[in-house]
Amino acid sequence: MSEMAQQGFDMEVQPSYLDKGYKSTLLRAPSRALVLPKKSLSESTGPLFKDFEIGALDHDLTKNAIKVAEPLGERIVVHGTVTNEKGQPLPHTLIEIWQANSAGRYVHKVDQHDAPLDPNFLGTGRCMTDANGKYRFYTIKPGAYPWGNHYNAWRPAHIHLSLFGGDISSRLITQMYFPNDPLCKYDPIFNAVPTKGRDLLVSTFDLDHTEPSFALGYRFDIVLRGENATPFENL
Amino acid sequence: MSAKKLQTPSQTIGPYFAYGLTPGQYGYNFPGIVDGMMVDKNDEGNVVQIIGTVYDAEGKSVDDAMLELWQNDGERRLFGRYGTGTDEGNKFSFTTVKPKSVDGQAPFINVIIFMRGQLLHSYTRIYFEDEETLNATDETLNSIPEDRRKTIIAKKEDGRYVFDIYMQGNHETVFFQL
Ligand SMILES: [Fe+2]
Repeated sequence: MSEMAQQGFDMEVQPSYLDKGYKSTLLRAPSRALVLPKKSLSESTGPLFKDFEIGALDHDLTKNAIKVAEPLGERIVVHGTVTNEKGQPLPHTLIEIWQANSAGRYVHKVDQHDAPLDPNFLGTGRCMTDANGKYRFYTIKPGAYPWGNHYNAWRPAHIHLSLFGGDISSRLITQMYFPNDPLCKYDPIFNAVPTKGRDLLVSTFDLDHTEPSFALGYRFDIVLRGENATPFENL
Repeated sequence: MSAKKLQTPSQTIGPYFAYGLTPGQYGYNFPGIVDGMMVDKNDEGNVVQIIGTVYDAEGKSVDDAMLELWQNDGERRLFGRYGTGTDEGNKFSFTTVKPKSVDGQAPFINVIIFMRGQLLHSYTRIYFEDEETLNATDETLNSIPEDRRKTIIAKKEDGRYVFDIYMQGNHETVFFQL
């Protein structure tokens, strides 16, 4: 089983490149068999952000773009542990975050959805796991938004997350969803993940981490590919 | 079976990553972690530029891909990131130094490609046209059918390396399983 972990994407839980339900994959998925390279130093390592200086408000999307007042919407605090496939926590792991605002609108200029921008909300931030692999960030619960995949297509509320593990094969970009979202079952991007993997993308409501009179808590644990627990010593 | 944890599934980067992942390049008011400039002033003289375009199955240039370059030859570990939505012709552009050969292999740079329409990122490698000797004996390159090998060898044009990426079609780039 440990070989599996080092062998690559676990296709029992990972989506395929090509997915008929998600139309953009048709023109963008590699169609030929992947080549197994002779691995080199460059594959067994990856960029390290251990010493990257996270800004004081980078982990707080409710505050990092305030112009005149607090952003609108439901404040949430998202936390969890980042581990490898053996369950060992991964310390000092950079997590980059981006998302729509509470109305379902992205700041990105390409987003033309007719929902209001929030002048006090940018929707991006970052945080780093601590020595025990734990992370936490504050944000506004994002809204659902429409997209052009098919008639009346809506993306369930989600937060985009980008992580670096100890080597480039553990690189992960994913999306975190919210519990009991009725849109998930209609969403081709969520459903591109095999049934066995879908729950792994859904955060759980966490009363213990809910901050009284301030923010609702959600827990989202993340497992990066591989078994390397000490990425910062392998250079 | 041990307590193996299931991998968190990958999801697409989507079309709206720029203000979060490449904010400086796209002009958003948020400091990015890195951009296409992978070197510093001390590297003067050895610096190379690598440009290219990502094409979809219909031969259209992709304007919402994000590329990450990573190289480690034991001496230099360099990382860069660039989105294809700002430059003319939807080109990407990296400035770096060419890595050295490791264990007699041909020098290469790892590329990670993300885009809307990719649920999983893709991996490829940039090799260099002017490394004929090492390219000719490289185990990975030789394991690829000759007609496809050229898809991952950057061409030297006007003092720069050009590395175009074809997601599908006759020229489909070789992608790797890492
Ligand atoms: Fe999104």
